[in-house]
Amino acid sequence: MAEMNGYQGFVTAPFGRALAKQLGLPRPARLRRYRAGAPLVPGPVLLLGESPLATELGEALLGWDLDVRTHDAGAAQPGAVVLVLDDAASPADLAAPAMDLAPALKRLAPGGRVVVLSRLRAEGDAPELAATREAITGFVRSVAHELRGGATANGIELAEGIGLDAPSVLGALHFLFSGRSAYVDGQFLVVDSTRGALPQDWEAPLTGQVAVVTGAARGIGADIARTLHRDGATVVLVDVPQAGEALAKVANEVSGTALQLDVNRPDAGQLILDHARTRHGRLDIVVHNAGITRDKLLVNMGRDRWDAVININLASQLAMNRTFLDAGLAGLRIVSLASTSGIAGNRGQTNYAASKAGIIGMVAASTELFSEGNGGINAIAPGFIETDMTGKMPAGPKWAGRLILPSLQQGGLPVDVAEGVAFLASPAAGGINGRTLRVCGQSLIGA
Amino acid sequence: MPQPNSSLRPAYILGGNRTPFSRAHGAYADASTKDLLSAAVDGLVARFGLQGERLGAVAAGAVLKHPRDFNLTREVVLGSALSGQTPAFDVQMACATGMEAIGSIAEKIRLGRIESGIGGGVDSISDAPITVSDAARAALIRLSRARTLKERLAAVASLRPRDLAPVAPGTDEPRTGLSMGEHQALTALAWGITREQQDELAMNSHRNLARAWDEHFFDDLVTSYRGLNKDDNLRADSSMEKLGKLKPAFGRKLPGEPTMTAGNSTPLTDGASAVLLGSEDFAASHDLPVLAEFVDHELGAVDFVSGDEGLLMAPAYAVPRLLARNGLTLQAFDFYEIHEAFASTVLSTLKAWEDPEFCKDRLGLDAPLGAIDRSKLNVNGSSLAAGHPFAATGGRIVASLAKMLHAKGSGRGLVSVCAAGGQGVVAILEAR
Repeated sequence: MAEMNGYQGFVTAPFGRALAKQLGLPRPARLRRYRAGAPLVPGPVLLLGESPLATELGEALLGWDLDVRTHDAGAAQPGAVVLVLDDAASPADLAAPAMDLAPALKRLAPGGRVVVLSRLRAEGDAPELAATREAITGFVRSVAHELRGGATANGIELAEGIGLDAPSVLGALHFLFSGRSAYVDGQFLVVDSTRGALPQDWEAPLTGQVAVVTGAARGIGADIARTLHRDGATVVLVDVPQAGEALAKVANEVSGTALQLDVNRPDAGQLILDHARTRHGRLDIVVHNAGITRDKLLVNMGRDRWDAVININLASQLAMNRTFLDAGLAGLRIVSLASTSGIAGNRGQTNYAASKAGIIGMVAASTELFSEGNGGINAIAPGFIETDMTGKMPAGPKWAGRLILPSLQQGGLPVDVAEGVAFLASPAAGGINGRTLRVCGQSLIGA
Repeated sequence: MPQPNSSLRPAYILGGNRTPFSRAHGAYADASTKDLLSAAVDGLVARFGLQGERLGAVAAGAVLKHPRDFNLTREVVLGSALSGQTPAFDVQMACATGMEAIGSIAEKIRLGRIESGIGGGVDSISDAPITVSDAARAALIRLSRARTLKERLAAVASLRPRDLAPVAPGTDEPRTGLSMGEHQALTALAWGITREQQDELAMNSHRNLARAWDEHFFDDLVTSYRGLNKDDNLRADSSMEKLGKLKPAFGRKLPGEPTMTAGNSTPLTDGASAVLLGSEDFAASHDLPVLAEFVDHELGAVDFVSGDEGLLMAPAYAVPRLLARNGLTLQAFDFYEIHEAFASTVLSTLKAWEDPEFCKDRLGLDAPLGAIDRSKLNVNGSSLAAGHPFAATGGRIVASLAKMLHAKGSGRGLVSVCAAGGQGVVAILEAR
């Protein structure tokens, strides 16, 4: 991380900036991350779109005390642009909105947001409709690649029949607007049900909830614990006994309780449940973060490395989820840590990528199981995140992972992953179920 | 004889935490006693979610303590995640420091003076206070009082090179000049404890402790520290053969074959422990588990200076008093935790309780206390395997015993800890 800060500092200072420009080096911007009390977006919101949903949305955004404009007067620097395309039915319908978006992009504030609302392509869509809906995804992803200054473009895809009566549409929009989504770029959040609830207080959406985080002693897990605590949750921090000293420190920092436990134990789920119930009276959120890498080319791997990774990263989660369901906790909100390695594959990570792709399959197939109340199960797939784990990578892939591949031109921070987890863990994400959200700065590399 | 006071309310053991114990000059070579005790307390706070909590009191101590750590426990509390409004005091009773610290917190709770507290202890041979000789000390004090150059020069001139050699703290008994091991060798000889019996006890200690670690018994009793995850004195592959090869360490000048070796004596060890105690109300209002009741404890001491009794035999006298006060027999326990200062300490004590003459003449009993079921003795290992950071041993024993009793769901445990100066503390815990 220090290496990255050094590079970022150099290319943003006057001499370095000039040199980097000359050489065509990436010039990563400082991302707009969440700070309590900071404005939701760094400027007025430009709302583009003609559908009834667009009108409804305009009213909802006024309720958030935002400066909402429906015409680009060309004066102010927009903090966000929302493009509502839910009624697009033919590829021809996309030309005008695309052209309308263009001038606003030029003046988008640093750390600005582009959010496109569209319909999710579904089985049975006529070819023309399906083509239109899918075209939007390519459009959004490419806009994301073109943005600079730490600005991002993402989409919210609504299943047929889903409108603003589904709380998660506004929940997702709020997340994508805010600094919480700083490292989410070129991605889509799918809302397919009206379940879920918006928080009383957007700054403390997890008030009164009890959350368990596995692998919480360090790195991403520790930041997940901190972020859930910041959002109001009481946190149970789980890690192996060998990590006890670090675990205790984080637990004391977030006023949580430390539970030393190897998630590989067959009774891990029960022990977690017992702890949460006896010590905190309930269990609302489980974050399956514990995971390991044992990288080797498959030809050199050996059964022990394979088994260790599959057991800890995947089998343990399946077993724990079964325990939670058997205990009647179908209303849990579960967030599992996948990885972009599980989507794109990665040399030397056959075991790890298998386990992480398995997570994506697991959450997709568990939606019916966790569908009581605001329950749900989703995954976060981090890209290149600056942690102890990625710090040990060879220099080539490490710098490629940081600077070249992501359109945000930098590795993410553990807190970026934690923010995504906290959103998916919140009741506001109740209408999002079985999905995997990438937090990768729009790249496809990383552990 | 004092009777148990029924107007007192019960004090409960809610949980515990300790660092792994490390052989001296090992993993904790650079850790101070304050660091170690802080780690034990902060791990306890993390386990039980006590951040910012104002506890009734924290009592702890160290046998080897720097003068600068005169307020050791309070300093640890101030640096911990507990509320800074938690009072703390230091206890010092040699190897029984931890037991007396826990006992004093339990008594405050039983009396209704406090609702909650932590008792514990720490010791680090690696952080032992090194002092200057008495002659050097006298010269330095004279120097600080000197007013004129002449007086200053005279003070400095009075120093001799040999005065400047640092003095390491001794564990020898000041009144006899004998080390604890040499004292115990006398006791072992008097009671006819054999080498084989001692080695067998040591082997069982290692095997029991190893099994307990394997069974995750310590997952919620120990927090790793400075890269150490497990007691590093533990030899899971300990055997009679290996122990039999060790050379005698103590009693070599006594008549007969010496029996005490480094294998059946505890090594010098660094570590810290802390035990959380509370009233029923405190446990309920904080959603904390209640593991066991700390029923009663008793202090003992013997006159070892005259040679009338062995240095480490005080518990042999304290236990019958504790049993009588609570109307119990020696056999009324499901677990016996007898601190293994030396294997022969445990064996001499047990033999004394079985001996009609000792029980009649020394304890004034009509019949011997009798034998105990050895399968109930130190079932998850004790100091021979775990090591013995003097003041930390009481906390190790009490937390482990409370967990064992809670897991069993019923019954009692007897604790016996001997200490330098011919002292000891014994206690009764009852399952919850």
